[in-house]
Amino acid sequence: MDTRTAEELHVPQQTSWLDFVKAHFRDYGMLLSLLVIMLFFQVVTDGTLLRPLNLTNLVLQNSYIVIMALGMLLVIVAGHIDLSVGSIVGFVGGLAAMMMVKWGVDPVTTTVACLAVGGLIGAAQGYWVAYFKVPSFIVTLAGMLVFKGLTLALLGGMSVGPFPVVFQRLSSGFLPDVFGGQGFNYTALFLGTASVVALIYFSVRSRANQVKHKVETAPLGLFVFKNALLAVLVIAFCYLMATYRGLPNVLVIMAVLIALYAFVTNRTTIGRRIYALGGNEKAAKLSGIKTERLTFLTFVNMGVLAGLAGLIFAARLNTATPKAGLGFELDVIAAVFIGGASATGGVGKVTGAVIGAFVMGVMNNGMSILGIGIDYQQVIKGLVLLAAVSLDVYNRKK
Amino acid sequence: MNAILEMRGITKTFPGVKALDNVNITVKTGEIHALVGENGAGKSTLMKVLSGVYPHGSYSGQIVYEGQERRFKGIADSEELGIIIIHQELALVPLLSIAENIFLGNEQAKFGVIDWSAVFARTKELLRMVGLNEAPDTLVTNIGVGKQQLVEIAKALSKRVKLLILDEPTASLNEKDSDALLNLLLQFKAQGISSILISHKLNEISKVADSITVLRDGSTVETLDCRAETISEDRIIRGMVGRTMADRYPKREAKIGETIFQVENWSAYHPLHANVQVVKNVDLHIRRGEIVGIAGLMGAGRTEFAMSLFGRSYGQNVSGRVRLHGREIDVGTVEKAVGNGIAYATEDRKTYGLVLEEDIRKNITLANLEGVAKNFVIDDIRELAVANDYRARMRIRSSNVFQEAVNLSGGNQQKVVLSKWLFSDPEILILDEPTRGIDVGAKYEIYTIINGLADAGKGVLMISSEMPELLGMCDRIYVMNEGAIVAELDAAEASQEKIMHAIVKSGRR
Repeated sequence: MDTRTAEELHVPQQTSWLDFVKAHFRDYGMLLSLLVIMLFFQVVTDGTLLRPLNLTNLVLQNSYIVIMALGMLLVIVAGHIDLSVGSIVGFVGGLAAMMMVKWGVDPVTTTVACLAVGGLIGAAQGYWVAYFKVPSFIVTLAGMLVFKGLTLALLGGMSVGPFPVVFQRLSSGFLPDVFGGQGFNYTALFLGTASVVALIYFSVRSRANQVKHKVETAPLGLFVFKNALLAVLVIAFCYLMATYRGLPNVLVIMAVLIALYAFVTNRTTIGRRIYALGGNEKAAKLSGIKTERLTFLTFVNMGVLAGLAGLIFAARLNTATPKAGLGFELDVIAAVFIGGASATGGVGKVTGAVIGAFVMGVMNNGMSILGIGIDYQQVIKGLVLLAAVSLDVYNRKK
Repeated sequence: MNAILEMRGITKTFPGVKALDNVNITVKTGEIHALVGENGAGKSTLMKVLSGVYPHGSYSGQIVYEGQERRFKGIADSEELGIIIIHQELALVPLLSIAENIFLGNEQAKFGVIDWSAVFARTKELLRMVGLNEAPDTLVTNIGVGKQQLVEIAKALSKRVKLLILDEPTASLNEKDSDALLNLLLQFKAQGISSILISHKLNEISKVADSITVLRDGSTVETLDCRAETISEDRIIRGMVGRTMADRYPKREAKIGETIFQVENWSAYHPLHANVQVVKNVDLHIRRGEIVGIAGLMGAGRTEFAMSLFGRSYGQNVSGRVRLHGREIDVGTVEKAVGNGIAYATEDRKTYGLVLEEDIRKNITLANLEGVAKNFVIDDIRELAVANDYRARMRIRSSNVFQEAVNLSGGNQQKVVLSKWLFSDPEILILDEPTRGIDVGAKYEIYTIINGLADAGKGVLMISSEMPELLGMCDRIYVMNEGAIVAELDAAEASQEKIMHAIVKSGRR
């Protein structure tokens, strides 16, 4: 019989850097691959990748994928899938165009209404999945066809635009420079520095708390290194953006959403319950979790985010086309799986999904700069998806 | 009598652990050889070495089978020589028929075309041999676990078995089916088939085994010969745990108070067949500090009763009244039942009790997240403190609370499930087969925990298929048969005979 006391058993052990990184390889591996991919394209494009203009484009091009990946992560963690998000992007974009351009509704009302419609679409699909137990693959495949068709019908097969300037700002606007710098946007640098300070404050506080309660922590050196690296990256990024036009509005929306969803998944009861639901639905249910309602809500959430993505995408093109959103669901799903989510549910992280989305984004962007045709881009992206997930499966087996 | 199998000096290491250390076992031709040991003692690993799951070269030592040294590269090699293993978790395809399952991977076919009449004829013959009276085209999903076990054995027979290995074959069987299975083993023995029986049920082993090999911590402790002398269960336990277990059930001074929990006229119908009443007008009560048992055969409706009571998790048209401290409470959903102070620890930990891929900490707080959260935000530190507290109190053996539940042994998993429900602070705990598949040492610990709950003034309702366990633990025992309570016995007057008698008598009516 084990006679060691509890204290003896969970004394925080001073682990070496290497051991810790090995033990948390899955957490850092993805980030590392993103950095390697960025470095690679930075070199082969002769520094074009990280030019301020291109960096801005990178953000604008991927914002809607990242935003949808946040919702898709929850859906996939809950053990489901949503194939309809591309069609919802098209439909909501089309609806926004009709409201503003043809029916003369003001942009604010339109935005609110469109988000609500996204939520309703999510609810309509979530209802069948959660309460009727129809497999989500089938329900959202149906949804994909239905809303693709409805987009065509709504727009009458035509492109509708352009939008009021206020609405365009959603995608093409930048945060104004309140400090009045000449050719250099001090607001961007200020916000970057402020968020770094906030990040460091929170991680120092959480580490202090962990140390106080004798939880195993990362080695101090690694902790400092990690935070310093993050600080340098964020500030360097904001500096580069400042030398161009500053921070795009959509970047701010995206950053706020990422922080919000990271918090919800890591720290809240509802987040924990979604993971439990995906990990073992029966056990979750017998632990008093309302599994049906939770499943329903993940789809409503997905619908709202897909609606938001639809608005951003439409604003970016400044026109709504019947083909908008085509195939987006594949990029979004790929991002989540590249980010380490499990297809059987219960496993996956917000940071992983975001990194996954940027892996895809950087590759798209880098290969376009290199002039690789859309044909081989798809081949390469497909192989990367397979490689990333195989590696993850292999790591998990070990 | 010569030996059909000799395993000599088998050593098998996994990264960081020595799972088997110089294990020796000799099985004589035509005997039933029992292999016992606590969970994690290395029984399953040893059988995997024998059957070729761990191929030659991945272990050291020698396997001599039918007088020759064998080097199996995979299961196919060992099966070809008549070594057939039947695993604890049955490997049948539920939506295929009995016949299809028996000949799965071994289809009676010519040029890939299956000869169905030959298959059915052969299946009938095999089913007769194992005493299973079912049509060969019945889907496996439509027959009970006991019968599925027989199908597995029929499948083994179809392969001309010489050495049959059964891993916990009776774990999920009731006594009648278990007896039938053991008799079948004795029949096989008469026909010259040797078998290795892995079981935690020592009474069964004393009943059929010719010799017993005891494993402990990956090494052979001893081999007992049952033909020379009768081996008592206590003797086997001593070998398994390395010490005498003075009493298998911890002593307790019951301090029983007033009635705190009453169930009146509880009924439930089958979830698919609305006219089949599975739980029939059950009345029962539990007093403060009392451990109440429900005895019965498999399929008596005990689990169905408990689950229908716990938030209508089973059945339809559930009706009846539940009172806690005399006041009627709503148990219509799991959430309400938990909120009203009822907890139900399921008989099937892996399917219904745990989120296996999550860590101990998250499993413990799952049923009472509000207890570690403020305004929907989880307080990590408080959660960790709670988890560490239960880990220490329940003696959950793990490196820390961040270990995933899937990597724990059965006993420790059960402790996590119990921790989860204790943290929800219930008044009434319903424990469904709390020690199923758990080794002797861990059982004692679980019993101690249950006694502690009763001493703390909770009411415990314990469902178990092991009658000695109920007799050893409970203050009062209800006997259930065919969905109804058919007897109520005080601990002082209860005995296995009386319980069986009550079941049989009610069945005849």
